Amino acid sequence: MSATREALSTFKRAPLLSTLSVITIAFSLFAFGLFALVAINTKDTLETIESKVEIRAFMADNTSDTTALTAAQDIKKFPEVLEVEYVNKEAALVKAKADLGEFADLFEPGILPASFDIRLNPGFRTPQHVEAVANKLKVYDFIDDIRYGQEWIQKLYRLRMIATIVGAGLGLAFALVSIMIIGATIRMVVLARKNEIAIMRVVGATDGYIRMPFLLEGFIQGILGGLLALGLTYLTAVAVQRMLFDIQFFDLRMSVIGVLSGALIGLLGSAFAVGRHLRKV
Amino acid sequence: MSVVRFLDVTKEYPRSGVALSNISFRIEKGEFCFLTGASGAGKSSLLKMIYMEEKPSHGEVLVTELSSNKTSKKEIAYLRRRIGIVFQDFKLLQDRTAEANIAFALEVTGAAKDTINKKVSRVLAQVGLASKGTAYPRELSGGEQQRVAIARALVNDPELLIADEPTGNLDERATRAVFQLLKDINKTGTAVVMATHNLDLIRSSTYRTIELNHGRLVYDSANKDTAADPFGQHRFEVDRTDSPDDFIFPEGV
Repeated sequence: MSATREALSTFKRAPLLSTLSVITIAFSLFAFGLFALVAINTKDTLETIESKVEIRAFMADNTSDTTALTAAQDIKKFPEVLEVEYVNKEAALVKAKADLGEFADLFEPGILPASFDIRLNPGFRTPQHVEAVANKLKVYDFIDDIRYGQEWIQKLYRLRMIATIVGAGLGLAFALVSIMIIGATIRMVVLARKNEIAIMRVVGATDGYIRMPFLLEGFIQGILGGLLALGLTYLTAVAVQRMLFDIQFFDLRMSVIGVLSGALIGLLGSAFAVGRHLRKV
Repeated sequence: MSVVRFLDVTKEYPRSGVALSNISFRIEKGEFCFLTGASGAGKSSLLKMIYMEEKPSHGEVLVTELSSNKTSKKEIAYLRRRIGIVFQDFKLLQDRTAEANIAFALEVTGAAKDTINKKVSRVLAQVGLASKGTAYPRELSGGEQQRVAIARALVNDPELLIADEPTGNLDERATRAVFQLLKDINKTGTAVVMATHNLDLIRSSTYRTIELNHGRLVYDSANKDTAADPFGQHRFEVDRTDSPDDFIFPEGV
């Protein structure tokens, strides 16, 4: 008797439960998969945004170039700060005109305030550090206003956190359900094969030998569930790409890890069940 | 050398109470031994302890020098490959042919396919079913099914064959044939322990007989001083021309 053949025969003996096992594993990993997609994509976006994190401190109209440049020297010494660019009124106008193209004529000289454009060192590009630097800038009384896109950086971080919690929570819940359903499948099959198992014991089969087909069964269900989840996640990613925006999909390594997680859930489910039910046969 | 030794064995079940009490005996290599007694006397419990399905509550069972007090699950599995076990209800897999049922016992030991085929043909011939290897159990008579079960028990060349009421479901003719087969197996050197109610069989031979009653060993023909014999005599030495109905068992038969 080959253990693989026995394992596959379970699909024939309990087709409904086996299919259900595969589907719940798939849902479990699909939930994980969606969360992981959000996570890897927001990670990229956050990194891009983080690298651009800029604090712009606007200066009062009467601030002299000398005062500003001296302050710029000080600010550059902050450990968080990578570079400080002093943009005087004229430069601000040139920048604005370049950005706005045909509306360039709307601006009169002197209408835009001078500013420091501050970029932070990598590792300090988080909302907390940005806020800390902003607070330090407030001591200069010639600084009127500080802008640093604080709100939406925090929103992005929060979104990523919610995605993580929801995804992990849903995934775990489905994983538990799949372990229970696999347990039920294995239980049915153990009962259906009660005589066979009793005879196996009588003729000297070791416990490992008796368990093997059941474990293999869980493993195969897990792999199938994992592949199904990968397919579903891929379809979702394609749909998002077509209808919303370009997103990144898992690379080969992550896909393999996903499918193997399915195998692990399957193995766990059958190992628990087979241990419990074989004792009763 | 003993294949089985019971050393002051007591077995208690949490619900049903004492099944066996203070049992001591030994079965030598190549011996044939009947085990008899009323239903519920403890025959099956005793046999289960030989193939270590049950462990004694007190005392020790030694089977081919393996102690019930020290064996691991794995050792028990390996022990069973050296013991053949036959049941009243045959315990054949209905969805497999006779050959496949016998091969099953070798497959679990991881034997090679060639070896399996050779051994299966050999034991099928030995039990007189060489032409019925491809038959399914439902296509065979009760006697033939039991012979398949015996073939399965024999295929690993056991030192000991345990038969729990092997003729209990068979008609007289099939009973004789199966008994003859067990005797032939015994002649090749395999020790046989056969639990049975069938007094005709017991009387028709001179094999050793152990009788249990309410979990106690009350008679052992190998031990002329069986103190516990309630009748104070060796009942199997009575006139064998008596009809079996005249034979008195304490109760429950």
